[in-house]
Amino acid sequence: MKKILLSLMLFSTLLMSQFVVAAADLEVNTPAITAVKNSMQSRHGQLAAFYANGAIGLTKDGFIAIKDANAVPLAQRGALTSLVKDENADRANLYKEIAQANGHPEWQAEIQSTFAGRWIDKAQAGWWVQGAGGWVKK
Amino acid sequence: MKNWMLGLLLVSVIPACVTINIYFPAAAAEKAADKIIDDVWQLKNGAEKPTVNSNEPAKPVYK
Repeated sequence: MKKILLSLMLFSTLLMSQFVVAAADLEVNTPAITAVKNSMQSRHGQLAAFYANGAIGLTKDGFIAIKDANAVPLAQRGALTSLVKDENADRANLYKEIAQANGHPEWQAEIQSTFAGRWIDKAQAGWWVQGAGGWVKK
Repeated sequence: MKNWMLGLLLVSVIPACVTINIYFPAAAAEKAADKIIDDVWQLKNGAEKPTVNSNEPAKPVYK
């Protein structure tokens, strides 16, 4: 009887250890992640106006895209294109670095899709976001 | 009896190892994403009002 009890205790301890691992926070404080974050933060000052006027929007896969180039004067379109390109490179790097910092490079896709949902949830009213059926104004 | 014990041990240990290695912590990932997005979009700065304190007049000097 004691052996059964001991086994049950062992079993529940093992289950608990899984729970603890599952509940732990993700590591996001590496120098690489901080560098990408700072780069994105300083770029956001330039992007904010383009989110607001509908020139760009948040895609459902965790990136940004040009939604309406006509919202921007011709002279600024080249700058906008490279802003979007740089932002997406940073975002791809961010997802990759978080996966690697936690010892699971294979988590990159899931981290990316988690971010995709959170960017869209936290987007300001008036910004364009990609839903299942295309662009939607929040 | 010993075989039964060994069996239970294997049944509990093997799935535990596999689960820990492949399980994606969705809740922790959401929390991490929220923290990073708040930083990048500076969504929490307004609520914290860190500049208010620094602008407050110095404490009066009691004579």
